[in-house]
Amino acid sequence: MTPELVSEHGLSAEEYEQVLSILGREPSITELGIFSVMWSEHCSYKSSKVWLKTLPTTGPQVICGPGENAGIVDIGDGQCAIFKMESHNHPSFIEPYQGAATGVGGIMRDVFTMGARPVANLNALRFGAPDHPKTRHLVSGVVAGIGGYGNCVGVPTVGGEVNFDPGYNGNILVNAMCVGLADTDRIFYSAARGVGLPVVYVGSKTGRDGIHGATMASAEFDDDSDEKRPTVQVGDPFTEKLLIEACLELMARDIIIAIQDMGAAGLTSSSVEMADKGGVGFDLDLNKVPCREEGMSAYEMMLSESQERMLIVLKPGSEDKARAIFQKWELDFAVVGVTTDTGRLIVTHNGHIEADMPVKALADSAPEYKRPWTLPEPPAVILPRDVAAPDSLTGTLETLMGSPHLCSRRWVWEQYDHMVMGDTLRRPGGDAAVVRVHGTTKGLAATCDVTPRYCAADPVEGGRQAVAEAWRNLTATGADPLAITDCMNFGNPERPEIMGQFVGCIEGMREAAEALQFPVVSGNVSLYNETKGAAIPPTPAIGGVGLIPDIAHMADISLKIEGETLLLLGAERGHLGQSLYMDVILEKREGAPPPVDLAAERKTGDLVRELIRDGSVSAVHDVSDGGLLVAVSEMALAGGVGAAMGEYDGPQPVHAMAFGEDQGRYIVASSRSGEIIARAKASGIPVRIIGETGGDTISVPGEEPVPLEKLRSLHEGWLPHYMTSR
Amino acid sequence: MKASVIVFPGSNCDRDVAVSLEAAMGKKPAMVWHGEADVPASDLIVLPGGFSYGDYLRSGAMAAHSPIMRDVVAKARKGTPVLGICNGFHLLTETGLLPGVLMRNASLKFICKDVWLKVVRNDTDFARGYAPGEVIRIPIAHHDGNYFADEDTLDRLEGENRVAFRYCDASGALNGDINPNGSQRNIAGLYNETGTVLGLMPHPERLADPALGGTDGRPMFDSLVRALH
Repeated sequence: MTPELVSEHGLSAEEYEQVLSILGREPSITELGIFSVMWSEHCSYKSSKVWLKTLPTTGPQVICGPGENAGIVDIGDGQCAIFKMESHNHPSFIEPYQGAATGVGGIMRDVFTMGARPVANLNALRFGAPDHPKTRHLVSGVVAGIGGYGNCVGVPTVGGEVNFDPGYNGNILVNAMCVGLADTDRIFYSAARGVGLPVVYVGSKTGRDGIHGATMASAEFDDDSDEKRPTVQVGDPFTEKLLIEACLELMARDIIIAIQDMGAAGLTSSSVEMADKGGVGFDLDLNKVPCREEGMSAYEMMLSESQERMLIVLKPGSEDKARAIFQKWELDFAVVGVTTDTGRLIVTHNGHIEADMPVKALADSAPEYKRPWTLPEPPAVILPRDVAAPDSLTGTLETLMGSPHLCSRRWVWEQYDHMVMGDTLRRPGGDAAVVRVHGTTKGLAATCDVTPRYCAADPVEGGRQAVAEAWRNLTATGADPLAITDCMNFGNPERPEIMGQFVGCIEGMREAAEALQFPVVSGNVSLYNETKGAAIPPTPAIGGVGLIPDIAHMADISLKIEGETLLLLGAERGHLGQSLYMDVILEKREGAPPPVDLAAERKTGDLVRELIRDGSVSAVHDVSDGGLLVAVSEMALAGGVGAAMGEYDGPQPVHAMAFGEDQGRYIVASSRSGEIIARAKASGIPVRIIGETGGDTISVPGEEPVPLEKLRSLHEGWLPHYMTSR
Repeated sequence: MKASVIVFPGSNCDRDVAVSLEAAMGKKPAMVWHGEADVPASDLIVLPGGFSYGDYLRSGAMAAHSPIMRDVVAKARKGTPVLGICNGFHLLTETGLLPGVLMRNASLKFICKDVWLKVVRNDTDFARGYAPGEVIRIPIAHHDGNYFADEDTLDRLEGENRVAFRYCDASGALNGDINPNGSQRNIAGLYNETGTVLGLMPHPERLADPALGGTDGRPMFDSLVRALH
């Protein structure tokens, strides 16, 4: 082995020394490849593990926390929700359609591997500035890829978020989330316990695609990134659909010991993880692996990231029963190995032993780094009065609603089948999507949230806010927030300031997850999101899942009834630092992000949930990006009923009241305002009447009302116009 | 009434339509695997939406040659009512039970949204629950729903009163702007000569339950149950 070859495999000199000591000899090229992917940042979490361990991961609702393919929470009645979010950033930047499509495919496999039928897909997408020459192409390809895969498989894509920011010009983010439903007595894990058991390969054939994808996802981009296109996998959603049906059919029989999808690092990581968790060895005969191409080497087969493949350990003697199911679905089925008591992964090809390595050392001795980190000095808080006022509130509202940041994402989600499966109760465009638990009167709410500009200004506060916003969005539908999955997208962790962003965000997330009893049950880390040394903004995307116990009692954002009172619950400080008002209107990002008061957050959210459940409110929306006036406008547009804002006589400048992004706030519409005010006051929650519903305009005192239709055309217009111009 | 839903590899609205049928019929339809040779005795055969064979080659092209289709076509020719929704409509044109083809949407994009449909006629087992000229709201979700036939065929179809539904606006006006996919003459659904085979791109099963935000699809299932029980 030459140092060049070792370095091409992404291993440092120290890591290679460790390889030598584990094996007691020089590795074969196949073994080097296996070490390379298993110890890649993507598979080993070597820079992040020490920090991820600090997150709360337990609670009475948690059935399975991080470490398996996905997290599992109890939703009562013998059922559970299984979910996870994962990044597919690097491949999507190189080849947007296939990169995004296979991201969707991969996350669904993580979920149905555990016995769940996927019931909802979401995605968090972050693109570069609209005027960057690549942005249009990437938006178009990513959206088509997500739709092309999810629509074909027949799982509704019900929600997510889309952002534009120059910080992602050279490195977009595609984070895909999947939520599935299973029976709690039919959950499947990956531990291959038992010796002499058949190891079975099912799904698509293995090709040369995606070799070293995990390693690519663990390095920065440079000018030659286009040359990495062959490391992007190609998806086949039709096979995925068959694989879901075949696996669920197999799972209904009692013959599976362990099952794992072949995701990043393919056959290598699935066999190592299954063997390690089961405390066994695996003997694999690569001549049995179904191949798409001729003459593939052991190295290529072990590292291929061909999609739609699973590895299953069966009860002995059940091979024929299992084979019949996969034959019905016209999928490959091959017994490729056996579990052993050697504790070694032994890979044979054409009669030669190509790899013979200790499983435990491969899985557990992955390096773990506590990299140096520095947190930025928290920026000073900017007082509302120190932020310039606009000429007109309504004019500013128009600009914000028609801006790339706040405009309608309809152009995106109309390309996703968001209704298939017949249980979509809340379509995209609200606070959280809601799907019915099939055949019941329960609902699952799901959302993706993070505000990267807050995280960039103050990672701790940003991490706190991301978790709180997910909790708030679920609450606004009437759901009990259950747990979260996180997708941690950051730059190069070898730089202390980037590592500091990671550490800070984790700290904020930890505080919020603990205070809100909203544990982390699954997640994914994507580091090295940099191009030529420019890192992305810190982006810890939070996917939240909640339970609506009775779908007769849930809320949405749309104003439906004229003459109702609009109330604001939660404290108003007029915080404009890092706000969209400052970003879009004043074209600067300054100051501290809005602070999150977790105790107040919890109290306010709990009251809002009560108000929804006892029928006191007809519409609910949390106040987030853009502030109060934007939130009211979104409610009005959703329901086609206007709103008249009342006089504001509070202590803040009126523009800070209108566009401040104070956290922990909800707007509710109700005909029972007196009762709500009394209840809020009794709980010590600030409450204020902000206006009244009705008419076909948004009006603020002293200014010309804005017709809803004008606002709608601005709001709906930007994205389709952008995507079709030039 | 007995209904059979044919399940192809890649069907994904089979369960959805079965739910709507069960709600209307009071019992579950038979789910029939495409590899079977015969459809069990049925008063209604449904070809569901989805991506049979991944829409590879051409939507519906491969499923049209599934073993079960021989019997579906034979039974349809003998008068058994057949409802083909979305990918099922593709199958009906691929097997020649209905004329024309469904091309890629004019926008070249997949479109999923509610559309307005004008009920052209209500004298069939599928549509008696609607009034002629009624405007209903039903979702579409397709990449290939752009109905095309040559002018002579279109004139013949109109002459034979075979257009079932047309895309329109909320007021029922048939203007080009609201045509979501470029279909000739705003055609969203089409009957065979006898009005016993209906192909339609929109999904009535997606708005047949108040919890999903509308029930304009429900009368189609109720009409079928009333006519075929």
